[in-house]
Amino acid sequence: MPPFREYKFLLSRRISQISIMLLFAVGNLLGWHMLRGNLSTSRVLGVLPLTDPFAVLQIFAARQFVSWESLLGALIIILFFALIAGRSFCSWVCPMNMVTDTANWFRKKIGLAVSGKSPVISRKTRYWVIGMSLAVSLATGIAAFEWISPISMLHRGMIFGMGMGWILVLAVFFFDLFVQGDGFCGHVCPLGGFHSLISRFSLIRIRHRKEKCTLCMKCLEICPEQQVLPMIGKVSSAVTSGECTNCGRCIEVCRDHAMKFGIRFSPENP
Amino acid sequence: MPERRKFLLTMARGLGAATVGGLVWTGFLDGKKAYPTVLRPPGAVPERDFLAKCTKCGLCVEACPYQALVLAKPGDERPLGTPYFRMRENPCRMCRDIPCTVSCPTGALDPSLVSDSDDQGKASLNVNRTRIGLAVIDRETCIAYWGIQCDACYRTCPVIDKAITVEHIRNERTGKHAILGPVVHSDFCTGCGMCERACVTKKAAIFVLPRQLVMGESSDRYVRGWESTDEERMSGVPEDTTTVTPRSEKSPLDYLNKGDL
Repeated sequence: MPPFREYKFLLSRRISQISIMLLFAVGNLLGWHMLRGNLSTSRVLGVLPLTDPFAVLQIFAARQFVSWESLLGALIIILFFALIAGRSFCSWVCPMNMVTDTANWFRKKIGLAVSGKSPVISRKTRYWVIGMSLAVSLATGIAAFEWISPISMLHRGMIFGMGMGWILVLAVFFFDLFVQGDGFCGHVCPLGGFHSLISRFSLIRIRHRKEKCTLCMKCLEICPEQQVLPMIGKVSSAVTSGECTNCGRCIEVCRDHAMKFGIRFSPENP
Repeated sequence: MPERRKFLLTMARGLGAATVGGLVWTGFLDGKKAYPTVLRPPGAVPERDFLAKCTKCGLCVEACPYQALVLAKPGDERPLGTPYFRMRENPCRMCRDIPCTVSCPTGALDPSLVSDSDDQGKASLNVNRTRIGLAVIDRETCIAYWGIQCDACYRTCPVIDKAITVEHIRNERTGKHAILGPVVHSDFCTGCGMCERACVTKKAAIFVLPRQLVMGESSDRYVRGWESTDEERMSGVPEDTTTVTPRSEKSPLDYLNKGDL
């Protein structure tokens, strides 16, 4: 059993992801008011609205207005992640993260991940998919991504019944396993792309300390968004890219304590 | 290759791929959104707007004390993730506080569509204004129209004697009995589906369909002179009634006599 510090964030994330889904499911099954709805739209304790801002954006693109409550809910989500938590929705809330993490764990275990091989698709694809989502919403008059989103099918399925929704979730699993490592969450998903865009200036950041680094490169091996770590072994600074999901895996694998959670502004950061 | 040219090429390639993807996506959704027979919760805005506004959160489903509403799962052959009724299994019970409608956070279910406003303009919920759909009777399989006594739909109707009445028709076959035939009235039918569930035939002979699917619309110029207010429908209609066709444009009156038939 590895020491606790090597999986404390991983465990916390799983607890966070599972308990959020459990609260939703129990809310539906037993009528608890703690958390009701799903990750698209929900109410906390029967009053506080939370809305997926990317869904609201698509509804606007579909030339429709949403209620003030939903607008407020989207604003709360945007402010929380943009100002404080960064792109942590992807690694601490979204249940699809468990699916893709499993796929990528297998991918590495059975040697499908060949380092240095050029990617099948670009990491910028997700931003194109955002543009497509909005364009298709405009053309069809319905929120385009919400209709095909494997994420929604997964969390809605976990709360209200899966139906045939597992097919698309399995497709995501196989896509990550065989086609492209970190393919869905790190290349394609427009919701992750949206959270990347709004998280550019958030407070909570991974920080790197060059003087402690021994260049083992474990952090880069484990990171699902390696392009956010160009400073490793070169400069001491915060990871400022919005594409970092604050999952904390780099902190856990670093034996030299060269990575830690911190805040964006700090004296050692010039 | 110069930086600028490389950038432009990359952008053009991305735009091309995105266009292909977007077209496929649009085509797929266009086929997916046309489910004309889906029955929405009380207070649902028109289907086109509903499909755009509903975020598929399921709060209306959770609010329903009878678990009558369900979210469409992949494979249900309904717009994915949206709430709908299956009347034969579990119809709407028309709760007075309409918990499903008031629970909607996005405005896809609008309480004002199922509310009355009093003299001061204060709105109060009135579940009888619900228009989920309209009950339709297949007279050929309805056993009441065969002359067998059955009034299951009539008895279960929450708007009994308004939404469903029973009409006495002479039974021509026997010459001495009456047929007690149920008749649905669209002015009062809420589309709750209680009749569809109660129907005793193997497959329901009375069933709910969306209103726009089963109702016609008469022209404004046909006025029911025996109803004092019906003439008001004429107010916005232009007085000129001339119909212009390619032929009448040339000679509206005399084409019969001009020999160019």
